[in-house]
Amino acid sequence: MNPRRKKRLAIVGSILIGIGVVSGLVLYALSQNIDLFFTPSEITQGKKETGLKPSLGQRIRIGGLVVPGSVKRDPENLKVSFRLSDMAMPIVFKDSDPMVTVYYEGILPDLFREGQGIVANGTLTEHPPTGLSIEASEVLAKHDENYMPAELAEAAGQKHDKATYSDKQLQSKDN
Amino acid sequence: MWKWLHPYANPEVSYHFTNKLLPWLSALAAIFLSIGLVWALLFAPADYQQGHSFRIFYIHVPAASLSMGIYFAMAVAAFSSLVWQLKLADASAAAMAPVGASFTAIALITGAAWGKPMWGTWWIWDARLTSELILLFLYLGVIALHNAFEDKNLAGKAAGILTLVGVINIPIIKYSVDWWNTLHQGSTVSKLGKPSMSLDMLWPFIFCFIGFSLLVGVIICLRFRNEILARNSIRPWVRELVKNNSSN
Repeated sequence: MNPRRKKRLAIVGSILIGIGVVSGLVLYALSQNIDLFFTPSEITQGKKETGLKPSLGQRIRIGGLVVPGSVKRDPENLKVSFRLSDMAMPIVFKDSDPMVTVYYEGILPDLFREGQGIVANGTLTEHPPTGLSIEASEVLAKHDENYMPAELAEAAGQKHDKATYSDKQLQSKDN
Repeated sequence: MWKWLHPYANPEVSYHFTNKLLPWLSALAAIFLSIGLVWALLFAPADYQQGHSFRIFYIHVPAASLSMGIYFAMAVAAFSSLVWQLKLADASAAAMAPVGASFTAIALITGAAWGKPMWGTWWIWDARLTSELILLFLYLGVIALHNAFEDKNLAGKAAGILTLVGVINIPIIKYSVDWWNTLHQGSTVSKLGKPSMSLDMLWPFIFCFIGFSLLVGVIICLRFRNEILARNSIRPWVRELVKNNSSN
């Protein structure tokens, strides 16, 4: 290679490496802030590396799996509460796991069900019976990357029924 | 390898090469896309939880991975243009940028249309969605720089530097779902180990993916050909070509 090309290769190469290092460091420094949500264990025990813990009254997002059997829906209106636990593989729910209760009033996303991933946006509060909880203003479903036909899912013990609402529940929203 | 590649640094040779390549690429693209899309949209089984909405996967995922693939190809072209000053590499980068921008836009729009019924929101500022939006802005910047200068060599240089600076965004998009927690799900197909979907869903995806890739090849070839003609319009071989075409 002639010397001019060699020089240009060196310049372009060092620009690329420089940018790589700089953005790597920036992203590493920001890594805690780029996360979209807190997990239930991060809310109760703080983030793993920094011990950073959200304070009461702070507006945060929480993400976790809906604990089976924890969903309580009011038959009169759209109020619903459920508990979230960490999304860890393999999925097992233990009572000793850190959990946070979410209170929400509104229509749940179609993909909501027990065991499903959920991201909720709201204020962190302390409710006497359940401990740390989120008063959510928005509940989003976070589905996983697995797709399968219904027959295969049923064989694997997976089923999805979306939440249904009575007229009475729906009318309570308008009032 | 260099001896073999060398003739293609000549615009005339490249022009005739794309001419020969185009009918084959177009025919293959048409075959793969029609089989893939019909299979995916009509015959592939519906997902157990998302139902038929899941079918947008067959357009969203190829568009998103091609938006990154085209950027990478553009970065390779920009690199060789900056180091070896290949004028044709600039032309090919200029040809690729709008195609990449379109596929990024398709990925973002189909993603929003998929997110609304499934997640419950059109948009969320998580790492995957934000980095893909930045990719769209990078493409728009590259297109703008290619058109900002009268001198095509200068334009190629400026756009090339921006392209290389932006290439760091590609691994960030790819691994955003692994490095940070996001609303966007992880990779289904392009990951280590078995793809997370059953085979009767995967096969139509493979056809769609190859079909869309070939379609990208066709569009880039068409644009590349036009770039070559526009940049060499004063050369005798281009004049000859125009004369022959208009006499037919």
